[in-house]
Amino acid sequence: MISIKNLHANVEDKQILKGLNLEIGPGEVHAIMGPNGAGKSTLGNVLSGRDGYEVTEGSVVLNGKDILEMEPEERAREGLFLAFQYPVEIPGVSNLEFLKASVDAVRAHQGKDALDSVQFLKLAREKCKAVNLDASFLKRGVNEGFSGGEKKRNELMQMMLLEPELCILDETDSGLDIDALQVVAEGVNAMRDPKRSFIVVTHYQRLLDYIVPDYVHVLANGRIVKSGGKELALELEEKGYGWLENSDNGAA
Amino acid sequence: MAEQFQTQQLALANSVAQLPLLTTLNAQGREAFAEAAMPTRKTEAWKYTSLTALLANEYGAPAVAGSNEQLTAAATINGLDAARLVFVNGQLSNELSDALALQQVTLFSQANDGQQALISEKLNSVLTQAQGSEHLFNDLNNANVNEGVLIHVGKNERLQQPLQISYLTTQNANPFAVTARILLVMETGADATVVEHYGSDEHAQVNFTNALTEILVGDNARLQHYRLNLMQEESLHIGSTHIDLGRDSQYNAFHLALGSRITRSDLVVNHNKGGSHCEISGVYIPQNQQLVDFHTCIEHKVAHCTSNEVFRGIMNDKAKAVFNGRIHIHPQAQKTLAELSNKNLLLTNSAEINTKPELEIYADDVKCAHGATVAQLDEKGLFYLRSRGISKREAEVIMSFGFINELLEALPDEAITNLLRPILAQRFGREQDLALHLLENEAAGIAGENA
Repeated sequence: MISIKNLHANVEDKQILKGLNLEIGPGEVHAIMGPNGAGKSTLGNVLSGRDGYEVTEGSVVLNGKDILEMEPEERAREGLFLAFQYPVEIPGVSNLEFLKASVDAVRAHQGKDALDSVQFLKLAREKCKAVNLDASFLKRGVNEGFSGGEKKRNELMQMMLLEPELCILDETDSGLDIDALQVVAEGVNAMRDPKRSFIVVTHYQRLLDYIVPDYVHVLANGRIVKSGGKELALELEEKGYGWLENSDNGAA
Repeated sequence: MAEQFQTQQLALANSVAQLPLLTTLNAQGREAFAEAAMPTRKTEAWKYTSLTALLANEYGAPAVAGSNEQLTAAATINGLDAARLVFVNGQLSNELSDALALQQVTLFSQANDGQQALISEKLNSVLTQAQGSEHLFNDLNNANVNEGVLIHVGKNERLQQPLQISYLTTQNANPFAVTARILLVMETGADATVVEHYGSDEHAQVNFTNALTEILVGDNARLQHYRLNLMQEESLHIGSTHIDLGRDSQYNAFHLALGSRITRSDLVVNHNKGGSHCEISGVYIPQNQQLVDFHTCIEHKVAHCTSNEVFRGIMNDKAKAVFNGRIHIHPQAQKTLAELSNKNLLLTNSAEINTKPELEIYADDVKCAHGATVAQLDEKGLFYLRSRGISKREAEVIMSFGFINELLEALPDEAITNLLRPILAQRFGREQDLALHLLENEAAGIAGENA
């Protein structure tokens, strides 16, 4: 599915990722945990092609294609999806218009027919319901005035509409209360599929009670310093990250 | 060139048939215009606004023009159940107009005795309140005016329909000038929606519209005013709106200049009595070589008034815009609350904006907030859209549209929003596929309440 090798990346000339290796197979859920400043969010931004994140070394191959030279929109069309930690508000652009533009672009790339407006509206309303957002959110500005939980559910709705192959959830649990967390987790679990993989970036073990990962990795100082099964998350919850920060004992 | 323009415009003023009602005003206007100096780059209020394109032609009186399909379409605002007065090249089009059936609406030339008395009393009375915000093109309007629209909404009267006044232009053998004049008098407790609209068909034409609107909003009266400049790219438009606000009155307005070769638009609001409020939003979107210049001035002359002004502009290609937002708080105008925001987007390196908030505050117990920004499109928003598969160019179109659409969505009359949205979408997404998503829901009839 995706193969990340020896990834080095800079932000404003500061090296953040320092040789990150990660192999993710189809259908797998990988959790990435780690202390503040370890490079967790940088990983999501680098993979999705954000300006200002400069890859200096290494490779990222998604389904056999090198994506590092691709524009962000090309990566999205190839099946990569980043659920933002802080979804952006775009006043004046309706959620529905935005979603239609997005789904049309991805479908066109996949050689699928465009949905007409009425079909799309029906589909969008279904997905709204699935993430427990009122359909009135479709005609509001993109994320405009949404609460933290509503923004995250809007991210999830986009993910459901686009049906990506690789979903990167960047601290999707931040700012969510327990109820919202459960709704989001249920949505993610409903999307688990033998062909779809997830990278779940989080600070807290709590999310992983709901979205149970196949693998847990600890990212510290720009590289993966420990990998294990879901029980590793519990161990981290108990011991913190301190005991791992200086170790250098393994990449996934 | 400037002197020629002046001489020639004065000759034109002398040649038009005068209304006896207006002879005094015409004479005053001619005198003032003859004495006025044409603005140069050193004239502060015209510093960034070159009139070269205006001065390049001689403008005569237009021949009577018939209507055509494009003009009929231009005069139609779908979904707005308006009473209309439509002028084509300055002449009333009976075919397109029905508002003269209303007792509140008349032309200067058709005014009865009572209406004539009102015109004599009020015409030019708001303009003369301006303290330095008036200019020689207002004098020229006074010199030339030989017809106009009087709207008189009586005490506690409410205009049941919006009133639409359209000044349209079409082709003419020679370059021509149109003098547009509106006097709107709202008595105590009156309520109305007035759409003042300037447009043209697509035929090649060279014209100069000089428009002057004076508005008196009486005590407790409320006006919703739209001033829409949708003229074609080569048009020349210099217009002023002067407003007199009574006690606890409200002036709510939306001013749009899509852009023409030159658009200069002055807006002067006089808070003459306590408790009055004005709420003004505005948009300018020049492209190619167009120039739009908005000069607004809020005169807070008395205590306990509030004003809120929000203008946004997007400049594309080599277009240029000027926004000068003056707030003048007089010494006695305590407890004033005045806000002004002007945000601008430049889409190219050769586009230009000159924005200047100009605050003069002589009272000490007031709140006055202002902000002016010039920026490119928000990188975060662009990346967000692109990360969802939307191309960079379409993302730019969507973001530009949203920046303006935010103000359109806030308009109280949905018909105006619906009129303008497609025009704006096409302006940003010049290739059809780029504007597609902004319009398809409307095309499918699932915009607004149905969505």
